[in-house]
Amino acid sequence: MDRMTSNLLDEAIGFDDPTPLIGRLLLVEDCVETSGAFVLHHLLKRAFSSPHSSNVVIFLAFSQSFIHYDRILRKLGCNLAAQRDSGRFVFFDMLTLGCSDRSGKETGEGVLVGLYCKIQRAVHALIQENKKHVTIVIDDISLLEVAANGSSNHVLDFLHYCHTLLSEVGCSIIALDHEDVYMDIERPLSLQLEYLADVLIKVGPLATGIAKDVHGQLTVLNKPVEGLQDKLRNRVQNFQFYIKENGTEFFYSGSRA
Amino acid sequence: MAESICRALRDGALQGELAPALTIKDNINSPFGFHAFSHVLTQLSSNILAGKSQSRGLVLLSFSRSPAYYVQLLKKRGLDVGSSAKWIQILDCYTDPLGWKQRFMEGENVSNVDQEVSNLSHLCTNVGDMDKLFSSIIALGKGFVGEGTVRFCVAVDSVTNMLRHSSISALAGLLSSLRSNDSVSSTLWLVHEDLHEEKVIAAFEYMSSIVATLEALTPSPYVSRSNMDNSYLEHRSTKGRFHVRMKRRNGRVRVISEDFNVEQSGIKFTSISSEDAVINQSLIPKVQFNLQLSEKERNDRARVVLPFEHQGTGKPIQIYDGRRSFSESKDDNTPLMTNEKGNDDGSGKGEIVYFRDSDDEMPDSDEDPDDDLDI
Repeated sequence: MDRMTSNLLDEAIGFDDPTPLIGRLLLVEDCVETSGAFVLHHLLKRAFSSPHSSNVVIFLAFSQSFIHYDRILRKLGCNLAAQRDSGRFVFFDMLTLGCSDRSGKETGEGVLVGLYCKIQRAVHALIQENKKHVTIVIDDISLLEVAANGSSNHVLDFLHYCHTLLSEVGCSIIALDHEDVYMDIERPLSLQLEYLADVLIKVGPLATGIAKDVHGQLTVLNKPVEGLQDKLRNRVQNFQFYIKENGTEFFYSGSRA
Repeated sequence: MAESICRALRDGALQGELAPALTIKDNINSPFGFHAFSHVLTQLSSNILAGKSQSRGLVLLSFSRSPAYYVQLLKKRGLDVGSSAKWIQILDCYTDPLGWKQRFMEGENVSNVDQEVSNLSHLCTNVGDMDKLFSSIIALGKGFVGEGTVRFCVAVDSVTNMLRHSSISALAGLLSSLRSNDSVSSTLWLVHEDLHEEKVIAAFEYMSSIVATLEALTPSPYVSRSNMDNSYLEHRSTKGRFHVRMKRRNGRVRVISEDFNVEQSGIKFTSISSEDAVINQSLIPKVQFNLQLSEKERNDRARVVLPFEHQGTGKPIQIYDGRRSFSESKDDNTPLMTNEKGNDDGSGKGEIVYFRDSDDEMPDSDEDPDDDLDI
């Protein structure tokens, strides 16, 4: 599949522009009732099905194993294992890291520093291979915080360092975060992330209650870029979605046939 | 008002006084603080370049954006950042704030930063050390102003990020020593209001002579999840209100408000639009009357006899109710409502005299007199 038909989500993120996410951070916020993982799957598939073979994804998996993602992406028509073998999908299995860490003596910061070093090496290696556009996907921030022994400052430091890669080599970051795991006092972490994000996607259950034909709703906020980008984006778009086995349907509320 | 801020920063400090300091604060509902910051920064830079300001140079602490970004931004606004005019130095606290890259990635850095940027920026790898930060700021500043009486400006693009690495007291110490330094002309910093406790924000406001707040005009789109459906979100605006509080040396405080709009070319300030001004004026109460009564008015009011007050005067009241009187009126033909008729004490009073014509006339009843009408 060379080209994907554009849907509401792609339009809201700005995929009409060829490189909407270069140097930008996309944050997906979901909640217990509605998982936002499907947005990650969608973006993964998008990255691999675009004609640019220079797209590479570095995936930090804190919540699921490779087999899980492979199985889902296969349904969406994308072979992750093949992509991994061809070097376009770099998978960091952080599930095992969590276990070794608990028995080990490494501190939360040490884990994240080590992880960052690995990422930076991988990114630089890819840049030298002329793979221009690297996307770092983090699934998910709350488990990253667990890996950092619950220190949100370390998480922010880690994200800051990843952010320096955005401006240095033009990466993108896509991160998933759970909005409701933070108590009000801890809200600064998710607020900090919202400040950091250039594109914010909030996933939630349908406001009017559970429905058979609608699985939830999305709000996409595309922030304006300060003065440098020619196109001023500041759009908020709301729509609803329906998750199927082989993809997700997006539609405006009330417009589903 | 944005101009008056820029003027205040341009004019700088008097000998022996603290340098003027500007706090720009925003919140997540109107996260355009950085736009305002870069606006003030470019204004200040062009003043410095034109030689209009007290300061001759600018030291920028970049925490949230890379030095390359700033160089590009200033160039885009038509300012000469070339090495010939050595007026700006960037203390790079963005690239490696904690020294991770330096410690663990030694020699592996593939930096494609161009020469121009690296000439202007100086890497700081331990941003938590306020003393070191202070001495490097002063050293950078002295670098272009020399040891004389010439001053320079200091700009911090996010004290929010600084606070992650240091305590508020250490940071406050740094900012106050900058303000009281003889070679600092003015300082400005940006803070995200809702990421800190109130006392932290208050501390920054105490330390600054000008506080600029950016506020959204519309209510927050983030209030609750149930709001996700509201259609006003579709038009989340780039507009907002810009409040400025300026403290004079003599303690006078001036509060001014303006509208702002974030456009492609940057943030634009306009005076509050006329229709809003009209609304504001009509909200100010213009009361032409007294809310309190005077003594005379109170006495006069006490003397007013209310319409039914005269009926009592200590005697039983008979009010014609239409039924009871029917039987009474058979006994005597006295008027029904004349309980005080002929009495001396009621002289001069108004009264109603009523004689029934005959007994055939039915008294009032509950029957509807019009019930035979066929409408």
